[in-house]
Amino acid sequence: MVDFGGWDMPLSYGSQIEEHHSVRQHAGLFDVSHMRALDVSGARAGECLRLLLANDVARLKDPGKALYSCMLNEAAGILDDLIVYRLAGDHFRLVVNAGTADKDEAWTRGQAAPLDVRIVARTDQALLAVQGPQARAHVAALLSPPDAARALNLDVFVGAQIGDWFIARTGYTGEDGFEIMLPAEAAEELWRALTARGVRCCGLGARDTLRLEAGMNLYGLDMDEHTHPLESGLEWTVAWDPPERAFIGRVALERLRAAGTVRRLCGLVLEERAVMRAHQRVIVPGEGEGQVTSGTFSPTLSRSIALARLPPGQAREVQVEVRGKLLPARVVRPPFVRHGRALI
Amino acid sequence: MSNAPADRRYARSHEWVRDLGDGTVEIGISDHAQNSLGDLVFVEVPETGRALTAGEACAVVESVKAASDIYSPLAGTVVAVNEQLASAPELINQQPYEAGWIFRLRPSEGAAVSGLLDAKAYLAVADSE
Repeated sequence: MVDFGGWDMPLSYGSQIEEHHSVRQHAGLFDVSHMRALDVSGARAGECLRLLLANDVARLKDPGKALYSCMLNEAAGILDDLIVYRLAGDHFRLVVNAGTADKDEAWTRGQAAPLDVRIVARTDQALLAVQGPQARAHVAALLSPPDAARALNLDVFVGAQIGDWFIARTGYTGEDGFEIMLPAEAAEELWRALTARGVRCCGLGARDTLRLEAGMNLYGLDMDEHTHPLESGLEWTVAWDPPERAFIGRVALERLRAAGTVRRLCGLVLEERAVMRAHQRVIVPGEGEGQVTSGTFSPTLSRSIALARLPPGQAREVQVEVRGKLLPARVVRPPFVRHGRALI
Repeated sequence: MSNAPADRRYARSHEWVRDLGDGTVEIGISDHAQNSLGDLVFVEVPETGRALTAGEACAVVESVKAASDIYSPLAGTVVAVNEQLASAPELINQQPYEAGWIFRLRPSEGAAVSGLLDAKAYLAVADSE
């Protein structure tokens, strides 16, 4: 068990690698109740979030649609990354990281205050992620036929309130699956029902190797308040249009973009038998030095993969200092693995 | 709860030493150690013929979580290494006291196992961590 953002969480329940493979090949279950849901509602809720988030909630036309976004400070530093759902017209839900939840909530409340927007932290809810090629079928098997049909009809990145559960087709593994938000007191029963069906319990360790194979950033390692989206591989999440939308951090971000000398967050694959880890030095011939932001052993690829922030440039071959030795690594474009298949 | 067979001695740094009765000893890591490391993914073994001093870092076990040095509990010369670990590092997780052995050593003249712990004393150390 480890402390994670104030929560006691298991790194693994048994073999972390077997947990990882279960998600790639069958289905795995994660208790991610440490993430905090903030419900944001009121006539000006959309306006508030269009100010607060670098991505644009105006893109969420239909109820249930979700969007991944950074929340920036004025200097364009990343305060957090989150998922925002439009639950209904003026009712949104943010799901934020545990480690930043208090800070995020205070920041959001501060920004929302002049707009008369209501913010409710849904600490009454638990969040279970069921991920893997068979995940949706296992969840559907626990629902009545009409509810199962609704759940199975959800598009990618869409959620719906189905009975007591808010079921969304989202996740952090690179596999298909659901994240289910439900009253905390009902979570244990769902957990037991899924594990009884053979869905494997997975800890933080597998969650980390899965997200890294999927090329997804981890807040606090791959990005933080001192890095901005352009150097974190997240420019695609910044909604520049419409140009008049003055989201927090926009001015600073536009300046950084215009300057054009932006570091790049890349994928690395190590050819040798060693494991890249966060903070290791990366030497980029002719371009300078960078740093591994997160690295691990990829169970799917049976070699080490990493995300690293490198100086501006195009180098494809670099060296990583691993335990005192300089080892050759190849620069690749994440994701490394998606839907069970190696992409590099 | 980890286990530690009584037929061998243990170092505080979590290696075990088994007397093979032919003038050589076999060395591996304890169940407690493999359990704390988690799934092993790479093992770097010493070269056969290498002379080691007691306490010298001579192998590396790397898990998904972290890399750890393995220290030779005794002075001596490496006479064999477990070649299977190159393709199956998980043997250390699965059978830390048998198929997961790491290397064999011919102890130097006067190298004594007496400074090492017996199973009971080792478990007391391991459980206090």
